Amino acid sequence: METVMSVNESTAPVMPRSRVIGAYLEEARSECLRYMRAPGFMLPIMLFPAMFYLLFGVLMAKSNGADAARYLLASYGVFGVMSPGLFGFGVSLALERDGGLLTFKRALPMPPGAYLLGKMLMAMVAAGVVILLLLTMAVTLGHVALSPLQAGALLLTGMLGVLPFCALGMFVGTLIKGQGAPGMLQLIYLPMSFMSGLWFPLPMLPKFLQQIAPIWPSYHLDMVAMAAVGLNKEAILTHVLVLLAFAIGFLLLAARRLRRNG
Amino acid sequence: MPHAHDPIARLGGAVKRYGQLTALDGADLQLQRGELLALLGPNGAGKTTAIALLLGLIRADAGTVELFGQDPQRIEARRRIGVMLQNAELPPTLRVGELLRLTASYYPTPRTLEETAELAGVSDLLKRPYAKLSGGQQRRVQFALALCGRPELLFLDEPTVGMDIEARQKLWAAIRQLLAEGCSVLLTTHYLEEAEALADRVCVMTHGRMIHEGTVEELRARVALKRIRCLSALSIDTVRSWPEVNDVRRENERLHITTAEAEVVVRRLLAADLHLRELEVQRAGLAEAFTELTRDADEAADTDQREAA
Repeated sequence: METVMSVNESTAPVMPRSRVIGAYLEEARSECLRYMRAPGFMLPIMLFPAMFYLLFGVLMAKSNGADAARYLLASYGVFGVMSPGLFGFGVSLALERDGGLLTFKRALPMPPGAYLLGKMLMAMVAAGVVILLLLTMAVTLGHVALSPLQAGALLLTGMLGVLPFCALGMFVGTLIKGQGAPGMLQLIYLPMSFMSGLWFPLPMLPKFLQQIAPIWPSYHLDMVAMAAVGLNKEAILTHVLVLLAFAIGFLLLAARRLRRNG
Repeated sequence: MPHAHDPIARLGGAVKRYGQLTALDGADLQLQRGELLALLGPNGAGKTTAIALLLGLIRADAGTVELFGQDPQRIEARRRIGVMLQNAELPPTLRVGELLRLTASYYPTPRTLEETAELAGVSDLLKRPYAKLSGGQQRRVQFALALCGRPELLFLDEPTVGMDIEARQKLWAAIRQLLAEGCSVLLTTHYLEEAEALADRVCVMTHGRMIHEGTVEELRARVALKRIRCLSALSIDTVRSWPEVNDVRRENERLHITTAEAEVVVRRLLAADLHLRELEVQRAGLAEAFTELTRDADEAADTDQREAA
C-alpha cells in the first residue's frame, strides 16, 4: 500500500495556493456574471420586498409619524434581506442539483468552498441593493431622518444578515430538488416574517406568537436592524451570536447532506 | 520500488445499494495507465453508479474505490481527472470561453485556452453563450471542459450522444490524440462501434457486476456465432429445420443465417441450392456478442430468482 501511494502521489502536480485563490475568484466572477446577464432571476427577488415596503411602509404608514416610518424601514429591511438569502441561494441550488450542474462541479476538482462563496457573495450584493433601495425610498418618500452612520449600519446589517438565510435556503435546497423549492421557501419566508413581527409590530400579535418569536432568526435580525436605525437601545450581542449559531448550524447540516447525497 | 502496473482507477468488490435496489453488487474494475477502457452494459446495469463512485460523488457501502491510489473524494486525486457527464446543464448565459476559463482555474497546470479549443474543435464558439449552441456543439464544449485541465485520466460518459457522424469522427480523433499523449480514458457508451473504434479493453456489466473483461477481440471470440448471408431461393423454413442453424431471417431477398457451425451450414446451402449467389461468412460483431453475453446473464439471474423462490 505504501508503494502504491508513493508512486501515485509523487507524480501528482501540486496546486499552488495562488491558483486555489484564483479558482475562488473565478467562481465568484462567473456566478456574478451569469446572474447579471439573466436579471429575470434576481430582479424579482430584490424588487418584491422593495414593493412591499413602498406599499405598506411608505404609502400606508404616512399618517403614523416619522418613528413609524423608521420602524418599518428596519423591519421591511429585514424582510427584504431574507429574500435574496432564501431564494437566491435556495432556489438556485435546488435547480442546479436538478440540472446536474452541481454533480458536474462536485466531480471536478473545484475547491468545495468556492461554489458556496460565489453564491454567498451574490446574495450579499443583492441584499445590499435591497437595503439601498429601501433607504432611498425611506429618505425621499418617507421623510425618515437618518444619519450616514445609521444608514451605513443598516446596510452592513443587511449584507451580513443575509448569511443565516443563505444557510437556511441552502439547507432547503438540499432537501428539495428543482421546481418544488420556490413554493417550499415561500412557506418558510412569509409565515416566519409575519411571526417575527416584520409586517406588524410584535406587540400587536397574539401573546403566544410573541413568546415564540425568539425561535426565528428573522426576529433576531430585526432587533439588530432596530439598533442600527436607533430604535433599539439594548445590547445586540446575544442576537448577533444567535444569528451566527443559526448560520453555522444550517451550513453544517446542508454541507453534510450535499457531501452524502449530492 | 515503483509499480508501473498499479491501476490508476480501481473498484474492488464495490457494493452500492439504494434502498431495496442493489445498483452495484461486488463490481471489480481496474484501469491501467494509458489505456482506454470501455464500460458497456444495458440501461440499469450499474455503469453510472460505477462512474459516480470513481468520481467520489457517492460512497460505496462496501468494497474499495481508488483513484490514483487515493479516496476519490480527495480533491488531490480529482485534480488529475477530466469529466464529461451525460446531463449537466451548464450556466446558459456564460460564454464558452468563460466556462473554459472557470474550469481550467480548478487545475494546477491546465492547457491554454487556445490549445483546449483547438483540441476539442470549439475555437469558433468561444464568444458564444452556451445556451445559444446546438446540442452537438454543447457536447463539444463539454468535451473541451473535460480536457482543459490536462488530465491524466478522462471520464467520458456517453460522449457522442446527440452528435452527427462527422462530429463523432472528430471527437474520436481527439480522443485518440489524447491517448497518444498518454492520457487514460474510461468510456461508457451505448454505441458498440464506438467501443470497437477506440477501446483497448472492454468491460461488460449487467446487474451491477462485471460479466466480461478483455480486449474487443476476446469479447467477440466469447461468442462463437457466425453470420452467413447469401441470395438464395431456399425457403426460411427449410433452412430453419437444419439442426446447426440458430436463427434465420430474410431481408430484401437475402438470407441472414446465424450459426455456430458455419462450415456445415455452407455445405448444406451449396448442396441444396445450386444457384446460390453472393455468399458471405462473417464472425458475429460486438453487438451480437454483447447481446449474447447479457442475455446469458439475464437467464442466470432469472434462474437464481426461481431457485430462491
